[in-house]
Amino acid sequence: MSTAPKLPPAPVVRLFPLGDAAIVLEFGDAISPATHRAIQAFSAYLAQHPFTGLREYVPAFTTLTVYYDPWLLSEDGRYQPYEKVEEILRQMLPKAAATAQAATYPAVEIPVCYGGVFGLDLALVAAHTGLSPAEVIARHSAPEYLVHMIGFAPGFPYLGGMDERLSTPRKAQPRPLVPAGAVGIAGPQTGIYSLPTPGGWQLIGRTPIRLFDPEWAQPSLLQAGQHLRFVPIEETEFHRLQQHEP
Amino acid sequence: MSLSIRRPGLLTTVQDLGRHGYQKDGILVSGAMDATALRVANLLVGNEEHAAGLEISLMGPGVRFETDHLIALTGANLSPTLNGQPVGLHRPVWVSAGTELAFGAPVAGSRAYLAVAGGFALAPVLGSQATYLRAGFGGLHGRALQARDLIPGAAPTALGRKLMQLLASNESGTAWQSARWMPEPALRPSPPASPVIRAIRGPEYGQFSTQSQLDFWQQPFSVTTEADRMGYRLQGPDLIRQTTAEMLSTAVTFGTVQVPASGQPIALMADHQTTGGYPRLAQVITVDFSTLAQLRPGQSIQFKEVSLAEAQALYLAQERRLRALKRAIEFKML
Repeated sequence: MSTAPKLPPAPVVRLFPLGDAAIVLEFGDAISPATHRAIQAFSAYLAQHPFTGLREYVPAFTTLTVYYDPWLLSEDGRYQPYEKVEEILRQMLPKAAATAQAATYPAVEIPVCYGGVFGLDLALVAAHTGLSPAEVIARHSAPEYLVHMIGFAPGFPYLGGMDERLSTPRKAQPRPLVPAGAVGIAGPQTGIYSLPTPGGWQLIGRTPIRLFDPEWAQPSLLQAGQHLRFVPIEETEFHRLQQHEP
Repeated sequence: MSLSIRRPGLLTTVQDLGRHGYQKDGILVSGAMDATALRVANLLVGNEEHAAGLEISLMGPGVRFETDHLIALTGANLSPTLNGQPVGLHRPVWVSAGTELAFGAPVAGSRAYLAVAGGFALAPVLGSQATYLRAGFGGLHGRALQARDLIPGAAPTALGRKLMQLLASNESGTAWQSARWMPEPALRPSPPASPVIRAIRGPEYGQFSTQSQLDFWQQPFSVTTEADRMGYRLQGPDLIRQTTAEMLSTAVTFGTVQVPASGQPIALMADHQTTGGYPRLAQVITVDFSTLAQLRPGQSIQFKEVSLAEAQALYLAQERRLRALKRAIEFKML
């Protein structure tokens, strides 16, 4: 007598509506590697197994929000769309968990020219943290960061993994315009501005690398689930790399 | 086939039904604020519903049709005229080359839509012609229209050509000719004097005090002057969240009513950010996006709670009406 291979237990996932055309899958209530992996696994499964009526999905820290077309889910009005989409997603949960793979992306290297005109707040962050500017740079460029999600602006990564010693509050008065590529700190978070926008993060450097281009097939350089490192560069290298950017 | 812009108006942009599939990359959906109005305008000129048209805000542009066109205007009544004569909304209109479209006083609503048969020959960006103003792409050069812009038209569908021939063949010798039929009233709503916005509870509804929950459904809110394509800041009783727990950023969408620490809610619109960190008190139902899109600063609104099942039943009923309109127009042309 043969037995079917047992599926691993499905994670405890809460499903609830976000209005009449979206459903949220909540994989946990706090940021954790396990929650992140479960969201990544489910995103990958959905991308490979799209169902009729799937519009798109948005991974975040603890949630995956799935947008759907209620008309298509209703199959010409025969089903209640929410019940139908919930049923489809519930059936996918154990399958997605079973096919989960450890992320195999190599870390993306983001060159950053720290301080000077590119990092107007480096001295301020150093003063706040009691570190020297060189130590701030060393600690900021040491860890491998995890891209938890992309949001706020096109290609803007929410990163996890910053050294807690670097934590510095936002500016009381946001700058009217922060240039694209600016690398900043806001509380315990660090990130890279992908578009010129107003912003209140403490700016410690800038990258010449573009994070976003609508002409790219995949318009965001970074994707949720990837890892990245910041690599300190000199100003001459910044200008050389900038010339090579499209 | 092209349209030349004589005067830009307050904010005139090329919009379709939005850029879907890239919110995970942080890219906004954009698209028409009143999507139903754009869909109806497209159907009236024989287009696919998702074709791009012009979204016209309050003070409309001056547009000259450089060749014969079949057009339709829907949404807000901004007193449109053709060569100085009033033209009705919600019907196909044939215009001969050289005809000038202009707008006057905004009578009702705030956003009108102009569809032209065939739509526009503009390169889609990430699958859509919608203008994304902040990032500067989509539409015409990623920006609002300006005087002297020329928008190239695309070839009408067979249905669009038939409709146009029918109206153009009227031997009255006028520069333009309007059809006498219109869609059913439910597909050409007049902006209500006392707008009621139906919503279902948002994911963080339970975190608000009982009093704030009641206030939200029972007290009026007014639209402030901070109201644009991204969202409307509303003013009303302070809405108090009973927990200080930090919210982790998560998805927000069109119609999400989020409440920052100030206690004054924000209703998110077509250019909403893809994610946000404010508690989501409520979610406006899709069929009421049109009412929301047509509001003006200073207007007072009343929220009304409905169930998810009711919201989706209304959604399906609206889709049936749009499908019936499409069939009716095709049937007329057989």
